[in-house]
Amino acid sequence: MSASAPYLRLQGVSKSFGSFTALQDIALDVNEGEFVCFLGPSGCGKTTLLRIIAGLEIQSAGQITQAEVDISNLPPSQRDFGIVFQSYALFPNLTVNKNVAYGLDNTGSAREATSNRVEELLALVGLPDQGDKYPAQLSGGQQQRVALARALAMSPGLLLLDEPLSALDAKVRGHLRHEIKSLQRRLGVTTIMVTHDQEEALTMADRIVVMDHGVVEQVGSPLEIYREPVSPFVANFIGTMNQLPCEVNGAGGVKLGALSLACQDHKIQSGAPAILAIRPEDVIPHGAGARSPGAPDVIESPGNAFDARIEDMEFLGSFFRAELSCEALGESHLLADFSINAVRRMGLETGKDLTVELPADRVRIFSSGAV
Amino acid sequence: MTDAALTPGATSGPRARFDSEAWVMRGGIAIAGIFLIVAVILPLYAMLSKSFEDKDGAFVGLTNYATYFDTPSLSYSISNSLTVSIVATVIVISLAFAYAYAITRTCMPFKGFFRLVALVPILAPSLLPGISFIYMFGKKGFMRDLLLGEPIYGFIGIVLGSSFWTFPHALLIMITALSLSDARLYEAAEALRASRLRTFFTVTLPGAKYGVISAIFVVFTLVITDFGVPKVIGGQYSVLATDIYKQVIGQQNFQMGAVVSVMLLIPAVLAFGVDRLVQRRQVALLSARAVPYEPKPARGRDIGALVFCTVMAGMLLLVLGVAAYASLVKFWPYNLELGLTHYNFEIMDGGGWGAWFNSMKLAALTALIGTTMIFTVAYLVEKGQGARFGRVVIQAMAMVPLAVPGMVLGLAYIFFFNNPSNPLNGIYATLAILVLSTVAHFYTVAHLTAVTALKQIDGEFESVSSSLKVPFWITFRRVTVPVCQPALFSMAVYLFMNAMTTVSAVVFLYSPDTNLASVAVMNMDDAGDIAPAAAMAMMIVYTNLTVVLIYGVVSRVVEKRTQAWRRR
Repeated sequence: MSASAPYLRLQGVSKSFGSFTALQDIALDVNEGEFVCFLGPSGCGKTTLLRIIAGLEIQSAGQITQAEVDISNLPPSQRDFGIVFQSYALFPNLTVNKNVAYGLDNTGSAREATSNRVEELLALVGLPDQGDKYPAQLSGGQQQRVALARALAMSPGLLLLDEPLSALDAKVRGHLRHEIKSLQRRLGVTTIMVTHDQEEALTMADRIVVMDHGVVEQVGSPLEIYREPVSPFVANFIGTMNQLPCEVNGAGGVKLGALSLACQDHKIQSGAPAILAIRPEDVIPHGAGARSPGAPDVIESPGNAFDARIEDMEFLGSFFRAELSCEALGESHLLADFSINAVRRMGLETGKDLTVELPADRVRIFSSGAV
Repeated sequence: MTDAALTPGATSGPRARFDSEAWVMRGGIAIAGIFLIVAVILPLYAMLSKSFEDKDGAFVGLTNYATYFDTPSLSYSISNSLTVSIVATVIVISLAFAYAYAITRTCMPFKGFFRLVALVPILAPSLLPGISFIYMFGKKGFMRDLLLGEPIYGFIGIVLGSSFWTFPHALLIMITALSLSDARLYEAAEALRASRLRTFFTVTLPGAKYGVISAIFVVFTLVITDFGVPKVIGGQYSVLATDIYKQVIGQQNFQMGAVVSVMLLIPAVLAFGVDRLVQRRQVALLSARAVPYEPKPARGRDIGALVFCTVMAGMLLLVLGVAAYASLVKFWPYNLELGLTHYNFEIMDGGGWGAWFNSMKLAALTALIGTTMIFTVAYLVEKGQGARFGRVVIQAMAMVPLAVPGMVLGLAYIFFFNNPSNPLNGIYATLAILVLSTVAHFYTVAHLTAVTALKQIDGEFESVSSSLKVPFWITFRRVTVPVCQPALFSMAVYLFMNAMTTVSAVVFLYSPDTNLASVAVMNMDDAGDIAPAAAMAMMIVYTNLTVVLIYGVVSRVVEKRTQAWRRR
C-alpha cells in the first residue's frame, strides 16, 4: 500500500439519532498495522463510531474507505473485520473449539484445516489445551482470549475491540493489556480499540483519538496527548492537570494573579483571559530560601518560581500529592506531586513553606473560550 | 425509506445495501406480520363490522346496539358478568395471597407439596369444577345442606367454579411477587423496632403491590371471559360469554352475537390496558445486591399457615377427586359400585373416543406449530435488524390476543373464514382452523415467554456472526434455539395443555369430523350425561398430567446433558 493511502479512512462521518447528534463530521485516517484507541467519557460517541466502522450502525452522512474500497454502504457481512465485545458474546452452548471455528465452519474449508487453524489460534492466545471446555467453565480472562481468537480466526484486515478489558479485574486487565498489544504487534493487524480507561489507551495505543460529545478533540501519540493536550478537556481527561485562570501577557508570558510567568508559545491575544495548565508532577519543589543568591538549590528559571505553603499532603504510594497555597494565587490552590525522595530530603510536610518552580516549557495556555 | 419517499427531493443519507441476509430477514418479518394480521386482526375487524350490520349485511350503524340495550334479558348479563367477576376476584385474590404468603414467607413444612397441589386446576378444563360442584351441591349432592337451600346453579356455582380454576393463575403471580423481596429491608425494619404488623404493611405489601394488581386483572379477565363454568353450572343466571353462545348457536343471530362479543371485549380490553399502564410504572425493586429473604420459624404463624394450606389443598383435591370418583361410579348416588362404563364414550353423543384423539392431534399440532411460529416471530421482533416499524407493529399485534376472549375470537373466526369470498375459506370446519385459532388464542403468553428468554441472551451474537460472515439463520439454529430450549419446552407444554382444555374459541369452530374432548364434555353435560362428561373431563386431566410428567423427566435429562454450559 502506498504511503499516501491510509488503510482506513473516515471522511465527514456523522450520526444522529432523532435530534441527538451522536457524531459530528468525524475525519480520521488509520494506517496499516496501527493500533488506534478511541478514548473518551461514556456517551462521547466512541462506541457508535466503532459500530459504524463495523457496519453495525449506518452513519447518517460521510464516507468510509477500507483498503481503498468504499465500504460506506456495505452490510457487516461484506466488510473485513473481526470484533471483540465487552461481553465477549461467546456462544455458551458451543465449546471453545467450536466458538473459534464458528466462522471457518461456514466457509466450507476442510475439517482438518479448520481444526489446525483453531489449534494455532488457541496457542496464539495462550489457551492451547482448553478447546473442549465450554465458555462457562473458563475465567473471565480466558473467555476474553477465546473471543480474541474467534475474532482473529478469519484473518481479518481490521480488528475491532469494544472495551475488551473493562469486565475484568485489575490484575488480569494489566496482564492482558500487555498480551493483546504484543499479539497485535506480532500479527501486524490494524486495530481499533474503544476504551474509557486512559491508562489502557496510554499503554496500548500507537495513536489515541480523544473524543467528547461526538467530536474528535485530539489525535496523537500517547506522549503527545499527555504532554501537549490541545484543550482543557483533553488535559483534564488524561492525567491530572492544574487549571488556573490567568491573563495573557505577550506571546510567551502570562499573568497569574500577581505573578508574571513565562510559558509555552501560544497564539492567544495579549490581555485576553486564559487558562494556565500544568501537570502536578511538573511542579518542581525547592528549599524555602532557594531564591536568595548563593542558595544550594539551583532554579533554572527563577522568573517562574514563587513561594508557597503546603496546605495538605496526600500519600499515594509512590509519591505525595500536595495542595499548595500562595498569596499571589489568591483563592486557587495548586496541586503538585512530590517524590518520596524529595519529601524526605526536604522534610516536606503540611504547613511547611517552600519555593516551587513551574518550568516554562511545561506551562500550557488555553484560551478560556475553549472550555 | 419512508422519510425520503415522503419528502421529494430530500437528499437521502447512506443506507446499507441489502444483501441476501437482509432480504431473508425482511421476508420473515413480512410473513410474521401477515400471519398476525390474518390470524388476529382481520377476524376481529370482521366481527366488529358484523355488529354494525343487519341480517343482509347492510350497514345499520348502532341499531343492533340499541336493540341490545332495549332487551333487558340481554343487557342484564352485563351486570351479572361484572358481579360474578368481582366477587370471584376478591375471593381468589385473598385466598391466593394467603396461600402464596404461607409458601414464601413462613417455615411451614411440605411447601413443595402444597405448591404442586395448588397447580392441579390448570390441568382441567373449566367445565370440570362445574361438574364436580353439581355432584357436591346439586339436587342429589352429598354436601347440598351446606348451601342452606340455595341452588348451586347460578351465581354461587359460577363464583365457586371460577374460583377453583383461576386460583393457580393468581397463585403463580403472587408467589413470584412475594419471593422477590430484599431481606435487608426486613432487617432495617427490625432494627428500627417496627412491629410485625407495621412491617407487613410498610414492607411486604408495597413490595408485592404490582404482583397483586397484576393478579387482580388476570383473574378478573379469566372469570369474565370464561365460558365453561357458567355453561355447566350457570343455570338461568346468564352472563356475557354464555349469551354469545346462545345468540349464535341457539338463535343463529350472528349480529347480536357480535354485539355481545363487543360488550365482552370492552371489559377485557380495559383490564388489559390498565394492567399494562400499572406494570409500566413498576420499577425494579430488587437491585443485583439484594439479599433474598429467608423466613425464620414462628410457631403460631407456621401452624396457622399449615392449617390454612391443608384446608385449601384439601378443597382443591376434593373438587378434582369428586369428578374422578363420579366418573367411575356406576349410578350416582344409588349404585356406588366402581367401573369404567362411563368411559365407553362410543355409546354417547359428543364424538366418542375420536373426540379425545382429535384433541390430542389439536394439542400436539398447536404445541409444535405454535412454538415454532411464535418463537421465530419473537426472534425476528427481538433480534431482527432493520424494518423497525414492522417489528414494532408485530410486537403490538402479538399482545392483542391476551385481551381477546376466546368466545370473541371464535365468533370472529366464523365471520372471517366462513365467508365464501375469503380465499382461506377452505380451512373452515377443518382441524387447520382449530389449530390456527388455538395458536392465536394463546399467542401472547407464549410470545412473552419467548421474548423474556431472548432478552436474556447476549445482544451481540448476531453482530459477531455477521463479522464472521455467518448468516443469522445459522446462528439462530446453532445457538439461539439450543440456548432457549427450556423456554421452548415450557411454551410447548403451555400450548398443549391449553389446547386440551379450551372450549371457548373452538366451540364455534369444530365440525362433526373434528369433535374435541373438551367440547364433548360440554355436549354430554348438555345432554344430561353428566357422568360420561366427568369421565371425559378426567381424560383431559390424565392426558395433561402425563404430558407434565414427561416434560419433567425430559427437561431433567436435558438439563443434565447441558449442565456443562448452562450456568446454575
